[in-house]
Amino acid sequence: MTGMHFVFLIVAVITLGAALMAVTSRNMVHAALWLILALFGVAITFAILNAGFLAVAQVIIYIGAISILMIFAIMMTRRLIADAGGQISSNWPWAALIAVVLFGGLWWLLSGWGGFNTTLPSISARADPLVELGQALVSPSAYIIPFEVASVLLLAALIGAIIIAWERK
Amino acid sequence: MGDPVTLIAQWLENLMLGWGLAPQAVNLIMTVIGVVVIAVFVLVIDIFLVWVERKVVARFQDRLGPNRLGPFGLIQPVADVIKLLIKEDITPVGADRFVYNMAPVMALATVLMLWAVIPMAPTIVGSDINVGVLYVVAIGAISTLGIIMAGWSSNNKYALLGAFRMVAQMVSYEVPMVIALLVPVILAGTMGINAIVDAQSPVWFVVLAPIAAVIVFLTSIAELGRAPFDMVEAESEIVAGFHIEYTGMKFGMFYAGELLHALTVGGIISSLFLGGWRGPGAEAIPILGVGYLFIKAFFIYWVIMWLKYSLPRLRIDHMLGFNWKFLTPLSLVVVIVTAILQKVLVTSPYWLYVAGMLVANVLIAWITLLILRSRARTERKRVAEPRPVAAPPSTTVSSTTP
Repeated sequence: MTGMHFVFLIVAVITLGAALMAVTSRNMVHAALWLILALFGVAITFAILNAGFLAVAQVIIYIGAISILMIFAIMMTRRLIADAGGQISSNWPWAALIAVVLFGGLWWLLSGWGGFNTTLPSISARADPLVELGQALVSPSAYIIPFEVASVLLLAALIGAIIIAWERK
Repeated sequence: MGDPVTLIAQWLENLMLGWGLAPQAVNLIMTVIGVVVIAVFVLVIDIFLVWVERKVVARFQDRLGPNRLGPFGLIQPVADVIKLLIKEDITPVGADRFVYNMAPVMALATVLMLWAVIPMAPTIVGSDINVGVLYVVAIGAISTLGIIMAGWSSNNKYALLGAFRMVAQMVSYEVPMVIALLVPVILAGTMGINAIVDAQSPVWFVVLAPIAAVIVFLTSIAELGRAPFDMVEAESEIVAGFHIEYTGMKFGMFYAGELLHALTVGGIISSLFLGGWRGPGAEAIPILGVGYLFIKAFFIYWVIMWLKYSLPRLRIDHMLGFNWKFLTPLSLVVVIVTAILQKVLVTSPYWLYVAGMLVANVLIAWITLLILRSRARTERKRVAEPRPVAAPPSTTVSSTTP
């Protein structure tokens, strides 16, 4: 088990370091690439947790779609890539306060939570977690309503995009 | 018997356990050895692919191809590699050095990563993950990233244009590809590539879902960026696209990655639709499966080359129109029909199931051809119509839109 802890520590350090570089990097494309590394670290964390589907979905959605669109947008505005202005907004004390309060609140909540010490129920070997996830998404007793709501939202976004791009005659 | 790979692996494992290593450490070492063996095996084939590609192109163009160095010119790729290695390594002024050097590594590494999930034989399986098909799609997304990195970091407008085109092409052709990849997933009831190969036991999926196989094949060529979809490196327009500034072995890595990607696409399509390692006697003698897989993969690779050297390049609006107006609706129809038939025919005898799927595919293809024919007829009529030489702008606009 120590081997897994070791891998997790390396991945966590890389993820956090990349996330820090993503917000401090002066070059926008570099920032996007650091963000991709951070998202990839999250995908590896999912893989360590035996959540293969989430890991692959993370890569497809966040790296394959969102990050590439972001890089695309940044490349379109080439003049703004190297922004010469100050990196720290004048509102930083408020941001720091909110961050500290949030972190402290999470710390307080999680320190009172007993879930860290409970042993996890073992996944039954014959059941495919992917099949269970798929059935949970469409079963009325589980997540059918959120799933359908998300589908309708995405469909609305698609139609909206088409209407915006529609050539008016 | 008939499977030296597993025998050697077991021998090594027992040897290391005999040395008193912990089982976990042995497991780790065996995994690393497995990764190195598959990567080296594939890369050695890659060197050979340079020769295959040049020889096949030559035959398509009625030439002989490399034939001076060694028998049938077989030593030619070695000379090619030496040439690439001793070329001057140039980094353009203003290039982003780290990203510039990372891009070729990404281009080749993503292709190698695909081989992790392709089962080579019943007993030789790299990694049997239950999301194999999605993994293939995810690696495709990362390979797009490598091309964007190359195009942006070169500090060259042609390279950047190539990267833009690549993204437009990859992102749009991914849509019908993913939808069509759902068809073998529906038929096998799983996303693991190993289980998909197992599910093709009497009949390959290409018989059950020929249209999906063709869609996956076409979109894979588009992802490869090969002709007729080679807008990415259109020599006459943007010189060489994203790898314009790369020299020596860095260019070599893009080149090797492209060749290997074509073979890898062959391996994936043969695993999903052509039965993978399946063939006569492959269950009894697993090592034969490797041979069958590579025969099928090389067949697909040959068809890809055949298309590449026979067809002219598509215009970008035609290419995107082909994707959005033809492949995407067709793949949606195929997925819906397959899903319904899978539910309807699940209790019927196997021959009826196969025949039903095949007939449904033939019907879809026939209706598609009918629709295409009527579209082509109206298009021809529109083009043939006499148009006034000087028309007001509004009329010209309405007459050019279909």
